[in-house]
Amino acid sequence: MKIYVPLDSAARALGADQVAEAIAAEAAKRGVDAEIVRNGSRGMVWLEPLVELETPEGRKGFGPLLPSEAGQVFDGDGAKALGLVDELPWMAKQTRLTFARCGIVDPLSLAEYEALGGLSGLRRALGMNGEAIVDEVKLSGLRGRGGAGFPTGIKWDTVRLAHASQKYIVCNADEGDSGTFADRMIMEGDPFTLIEGMAIAGLATGATKGYIYSRSEYPQANAIMRRAIEIMREAGVLGAKVLGEGPAFDMELRVGAGAYVCGEETSLLNSLEGKRGVVRAKPPLPALEGFMGKPTVVNNVLSLATVPVIFEKGAQYYADFGLGRSKGTMPIQIAGNVKYGGLFETAFGMELGTLVNEIAGGTASGRPVKAVQVGGPLGAYLAPEKFGTPFGYEEFDRKEALIGHAGIVVYDDTTDMLGMARFAMEFCAVESCGKCTPCRIGAVRGVETIDRIARGDASAIPLLTDLCETMKDGSLCALGGFTPFPVMSALKQFPEDFATTAKEAAE
Amino acid sequence: MPRDFPQPTADEIETLIHSQLHLEGPLLPIFHLLQESFGHVPETAIQPIADALNITRAEVHGVMSFYHDFRNVPAGRHVVKICRAEACQSMGANALAEETLAKLGLAWHGTTANGNVTVEPVYCLGLCACAPAVMVGETVHGRVDGAKMDAILKEAGA
Repeated sequence: MKIYVPLDSAARALGADQVAEAIAAEAAKRGVDAEIVRNGSRGMVWLEPLVELETPEGRKGFGPLLPSEAGQVFDGDGAKALGLVDELPWMAKQTRLTFARCGIVDPLSLAEYEALGGLSGLRRALGMNGEAIVDEVKLSGLRGRGGAGFPTGIKWDTVRLAHASQKYIVCNADEGDSGTFADRMIMEGDPFTLIEGMAIAGLATGATKGYIYSRSEYPQANAIMRRAIEIMREAGVLGAKVLGEGPAFDMELRVGAGAYVCGEETSLLNSLEGKRGVVRAKPPLPALEGFMGKPTVVNNVLSLATVPVIFEKGAQYYADFGLGRSKGTMPIQIAGNVKYGGLFETAFGMELGTLVNEIAGGTASGRPVKAVQVGGPLGAYLAPEKFGTPFGYEEFDRKEALIGHAGIVVYDDTTDMLGMARFAMEFCAVESCGKCTPCRIGAVRGVETIDRIARGDASAIPLLTDLCETMKDGSLCALGGFTPFPVMSALKQFPEDFATTAKEAAE
Repeated sequence: MPRDFPQPTADEIETLIHSQLHLEGPLLPIFHLLQESFGHVPETAIQPIADALNITRAEVHGVMSFYHDFRNVPAGRHVVKICRAEACQSMGANALAEETLAKLGLAWHGTTANGNVTVEPVYCLGLCACAPAVMVGETVHGRVDGAKMDAILKEAGA
C-alpha cells in the first residue's frame, strides 16, 4: 500500500514527521508492506498532518492525524477519515493550474512530474523562437505575481530585445510578506515546475544563467530546491543544451540573510551581487541593466511556476480564467486568525468576503472578523464593508488596497488597529535599507507620531496623514511607498481605535 | 542541532573563502559558509575576504552588518526564533514572545546564562496558516502556545 505523509514545513510544524514514524511502526507491527511517500501539502493547513492512502477509488485522507491515530490509515476508516481528498469542498472549489501537482507528487520524482504534464511546456517552447514564446506569455495575460502586476510578457520582451553578451533570469523567492507561503509550498512540493518556468524564460530571452534568490527562513525549501536543480541537471534538462537540443541554461540557488527589503527587485540584485541590499533608483530597469549590469528578468516564483502550464495547455486556456485585466488564476493564501487556513487557487474575481467567510470559515477564535490585511505588511487593512471587492489587481487598487502576493491575514474584533498601524511603521523602520529619506526617517517619525496619538494627542493625526503622503510620494521603493497603506487604511476605517477625546476625558 | 564551534584557523578561513570565489557575487555565500562552519563570521576573516574580493574592509563590514542573519559572535547552542509578523500576531504571538522572554529573563537576541538558548525575533517563517510559529535551528513548530513553548525550551536546555 502507498501512503502519503506531507513533508511541507507547515505539516512538519504540526507533527508530520512523528506521524510518518508512527505509520512506519504501525506497518511493521501489522506486517504490511507500506510505501511512505513524503509529498508536498495540498494546502489545507488546518487538516495537517493530512495523510493520504492510495485506493482504487482515489486518495483517501486522514487528518489532522496524531501519531496515536496511525492505525486508522491501515483500517481505512476512523474518526479522522475524510473520504476522497479531491472531493473535499476546499479542493473541489479550486482551479489548480500553478499548483496542479503540489501535494500530489513526490516533489523530487522527475518521472511523476512528467507523468502529470511536466516538461511538456518546455518541449513545446523548444520548438518556438523567442518572439513566439514571448507572444504566448503576452497572450496568456500573466502579470507579476509578486504583487506589482506588471505584464510578464512585456518584461521578457525587453530583455529579449536587449543586446548583451550575457543575460540572466532571476527568480525572486524572497517571500517575506506575512500571510504568504505559496512560494515556499511550491518549492517544497513541486520544485521542478519553477525550474521549467525559468528554463522557458531563458529560451524566450536568450538568457543562459538563472538564479533563485531564496530566504534563510526557508531551510527545507532551499534543500529541496537545490536537490531538484541537481536532478534536472543530471537528467539533461539543464546544462549545455536544454533537454539535449536547446541552447544552454543552468541555474543555482542563493540564500538571503534575513533582510525583508531584499524582496524588492533592485535590492535583491544588489544582494545577489554581494552588496548591501540597498534599493537602486530606476531607470535603468533591471530588464536592461540588472544583475551584474546585464539584462535581467526578475520574476516572482509564482509567475515563473505558472509559465509551464501556460505552455502545456495554451495561452488562451489560461487567459480564459479571471476577471478583466487580471487573467488566469491566483494561489490565494489564507492565514492568521482563520478557521480553515491554507492555499486556495482560484480564478481572479472571487469576492473577498467569500474567501474570508465561506472558504476560510471566519475566525479561529469564533469572534467576528474586524479586518483583513491583504498583500503582506505593505498591504491595506480592509474592513468587512469592503468584502464585496472582487479579487483582482484593478479592483483592489480602486479600494486603495493591493493584492500583493495574495496573502490574506484575518484579525478578529480584539485587534487594536492603532497597534497594527504602529507595527507597520516599526517594521518599516527596522527593515528600511536606508537609501531614501522618506522611508528611513519617515518610518521612525511614524512610530513616534502614532505613539503621540496613543497618548491622546489629537493634533498628531493630521501630522501622520501628512507624513504618509510624503512617504507614499517620495520613497524610492514599495517599502516606504506602501507602508502608508496599512497605516492609513487602519486610521480611516477604524477611527475609534485612534480616538483621542475619550482617552483625554478619561485622563 | 547543538554544536560547539571550533576556533577557526587562518588557513581554514582562507580555504573557505577561496572555495566560493568561482561564484558570481560570492560575498554572501562566503558569509554563510563561514557562519555555518564557525557559528559566526569571525573578525579575523574580514581582512582575508577584503583581500580576496579586492574590496575594502569597510565594504566587507558594511555588507555583513546590513543583514540581520550574520553574527560577529556565536549565538547560544540553540537559536529559538519567534515569529513576530502580522499573521502570528493575529494568533497571539506578541503575548507568547513576551511570556517567553520574561520566563527566561532575556531581551530579544539575549542568550541564557548556560549558553544553551538564544531568542530572536523573525519576520515570517511562511507558517502563517498555523500561527504562532517558532523555529529552533531548522525545526519548525506551528500553533505554539505556552505549553508547547515550555516543551521546546526544555528540550533546548534553556
